[in-house]
Amino acid sequence: MAGSGTSHLRADADVVLRAKNLHVEYTGKRGERVFAVSDVSIDVLKGETVGLVGESGCGKSSVARAIMQLPPPTSGTVELDGERIESLRGSELRKKRRKLQMIFQDPISSLNPSRKVKDIIAEGLRIQGGLSNDEVNARTSVMIERVGLDPERARDRRPHEFSGGQCQRISIARAMVLDPEVLICDEPVSALDVSVQAQILNLLRDMKERYRLTMLFIAHDLAVVKNLSDRIVVMYLGKICEVGSSDELFERPTHPYTRALAQSIPEPDPDVPVGPAALTGDLPSPLDPPSGCRFRTRCPLAQDRCVTEEPVIREVVPGRFTACHFPLLEVEAPALRVGETV
Amino acid sequence: MTLPDDGLAPFRENDHVGDHMTREVLQVENLRVWFHTPAGLVRAVDGVDLHLNQGETLGIVGESGSGKSVTARAIMKILPPNAEVLKGSRILFDGRDLAKVNPKKEKHLWGVDLAMIFQDPMTSLTPVMTVGRQLSETLRYHRKLDKAAAHVEAVDLLRRVGIPEPEKRYNDYPHNLSGGMRQRVTIALAISCSPKLLIADEPTTALDVTVQHQILNLLQSLQEKASMSMILVTHDLGVVAGRADHIAVMYAGRVIERAPTRQLFAHMRHPYTRALIDAIPRVTMPSQTRLAAIPGRPPVIIDPPPGCSFAARCPSAQARCLEETPKLESAPDSREHAAACFFPLGTAEGEQARQRNIEVGATAAGTAVMSGTAV
Repeated sequence: MAGSGTSHLRADADVVLRAKNLHVEYTGKRGERVFAVSDVSIDVLKGETVGLVGESGCGKSSVARAIMQLPPPTSGTVELDGERIESLRGSELRKKRRKLQMIFQDPISSLNPSRKVKDIIAEGLRIQGGLSNDEVNARTSVMIERVGLDPERARDRRPHEFSGGQCQRISIARAMVLDPEVLICDEPVSALDVSVQAQILNLLRDMKERYRLTMLFIAHDLAVVKNLSDRIVVMYLGKICEVGSSDELFERPTHPYTRALAQSIPEPDPDVPVGPAALTGDLPSPLDPPSGCRFRTRCPLAQDRCVTEEPVIREVVPGRFTACHFPLLEVEAPALRVGETV
Repeated sequence: MTLPDDGLAPFRENDHVGDHMTREVLQVENLRVWFHTPAGLVRAVDGVDLHLNQGETLGIVGESGSGKSVTARAIMKILPPNAEVLKGSRILFDGRDLAKVNPKKEKHLWGVDLAMIFQDPMTSLTPVMTVGRQLSETLRYHRKLDKAAAHVEAVDLLRRVGIPEPEKRYNDYPHNLSGGMRQRVTIALAISCSPKLLIADEPTTALDVTVQHQILNLLQSLQEKASMSMILVTHDLGVVAGRADHIAVMYAGRVIERAPTRQLFAHMRHPYTRALIDAIPRVTMPSQTRLAAIPGRPPVIIDPPPGCSFAARCPSAQARCLEETPKLESAPDSREHAAACFFPLGTAEGEQARQRNIEVGATAAGTAVMSGTAV
C-alpha cells in the first residue's frame, strides 16, 4: 500500500477541493527530515464528505493542515473552486481561506478561554467586514441555535462554562457562520464521550444536509469515519493505501492494511470472536520510511517486489483505487498470516 | 462459572473458601469515595459493590466522570489527597480487608499481588532510567533477586510481552520506544511479580486500533497462563465485549447494571446500557446512519438531587425516578444479572413506562421522546 499516483482523482466539474501530489516535510529537532506526507492527492466533490482515516503518524492531520495552508505544503498544489491557493500569501490567501474552515480535536483548547461565546463566533464575520453590528449579532444567534445551544444563555458565557461536547458545538458554529465552501474536521469527536459523540456526529450530518456542505472528515475511528463519509481514503505512513466508497471499503477491503484495520475494530458484540491481532509490530519511523511499499514491513503478503518497487494507485475494481502490487481481489484472497513478513 | 455471591447479600466470612473453582479474589462492598473540591463535595463513587473470581475478567464500563477510574484507584490505594473513602466502604482482597492493611508494613501487597497499568504508560515509567533497569529494580526489591538473576528475568519479561530484541531494548529509555512498546513495558512491570489481580485502566485508549488489538490479546494470554484475575476499565463497550466474563456499567458514581457479558448484551435491563450501545457508530452500519444519541450530558455529582441520576436523559423516566434512587437489584430470573432501575427493559413495567412516555411525547423529567428514544 502506501503508494503514489492520481488515478483516483475525478474529472467532474463539481470538484470543490483538489489537492494534488502533496508533500509535507518537517525539519526535526536535530535537523533530520520528517516525511509526514509523501505524494498524496485528494479531491472532494460539492456536497460530498470524504473521510481520511489512518493510525497516528499516517499524515492525515498534516494533509488537512497543508490544505488549510497552515503551513503550506512543501510541494504540490491545492485548488479550491479551480483556483490554486498554495502560492497565495497575505491578504489574497486570507480572502480564499475564509472558504475553508476547520474544526479541531480538542474543543476546549481551540477556543479562546477569555472571550465570550458571541465574540468567538462573531470574530470571523467582523474580520470579513461588510456587516453591521446588528447583522453580526443576528447571524451569531441564529448559528448558536442551529448547533443546538440556547443563544440567550450561551452568548455571554465563556468556554470554561461549557462541557466538551458543547464547546465542540461552539467550534462548529464558529466555522459555519462564515458559510464555508469546505469544512475540514480533524478528529472532531475523539475527545468526547460516546453519548456526546453521537450528538456531534448527528449535528455535523444535519449541517451537511442543510448547507449542502462539502467536508473533509479526519478520524482514526473507522466506524465514525464511515458513519459520516461518502468516500473514504485510507492512509499509512504518509501515503494513500486505498480509496473507495464508504459502504464498500471495509466490507471488501482490497488493500491488506485496510483489511487489518477492519479486523482490529473491537465489535461491541460478545458473539463476535476475538481473533489474533491482524498486524504485528509498530509503525516504522517517518524519518526513514521503508523503500518500495511503505507498508511492507508489517504486511502479511509482502513479496520481494514490494521492497524494490513502490505501488502506484490504480483502479483494481470499478470505483476502488488501491496502491498494492497484490490487491485482495475476491478471486484468490490469500489467507492473512500474522508474523510472516518479508 | 457461577458466582458464589451476587454482592448484595452481606458478606459472610469464609463464604468463598473451599470452593477453589470459584474462589473470590476481590469483593468491594458499598465503596464510597468523595472528593473535597472548591466547588463542593463530589460523590465520585457512591456505593459500589463488585466482586471478581480468580482467573476471571471484570469489565468496568462508563463514560468520563462515572467513577470507574476512582473505583480502580481506591482498590490500589492511589487516590489523591482530597479524596475521602467513607466509613462502611469495604475492599476485601483475597479475604483481607485492605482498609486494615498498612501499605508501609505490607510493601509486597501492592505491586506484587495487586498491580495496575494506566492509559498513559509514562504514569508508571520514569523517563530517566532505562526500561531494563526499571524492571530489574522492581524484581530485586519485591522478589529479592540478585543483580544477575534480575537482569535475566527482566529480559525474559520483555520477551514475554512481545518486545522484539529484548536484550537490546533493555538498555533503551522510555522515550526511545513507541507508545505500544511502552505499554508493553508497563505490562511487563505489572506482571513481573505474578499478581493475583491486574487492574488495567483504559490500557489501550491512547493506542491505535491495530496496536490495541495486540495489547488486549497480550493481556488475555498472560492472564490465561497465570490464572490471574483482571479488571478492565474502559469507556469502550467494544473492548470488553469479547474479553470480559462479567461487566459492570457505571453511571454517576454507581453501578447501574451488572451481568455476565453475554447476558448483558443479550438482555440489557438498564435504559442507560441500551442507550450507550445504541449511540456507538459501528462499521457494520451503512454510512449516513443517524445515530441514537443520548440527549444532555452526564450529571455533575456535587450534591446530587434524589432520584435516578440518569432520569433526565432516560426515555423511560417516570415520576418515581425523580424522587427515589433505585437500588441495584437482581433480576427475578437471574441472580447474576442486576440493574438499578424501577422500569427495567424487557419487563412489563418497563414497556408500559416507555409506551406511556411515547404517547405523552415526553418523560416525567420533561425530556422529549419519539418512538422510544429520547431526543
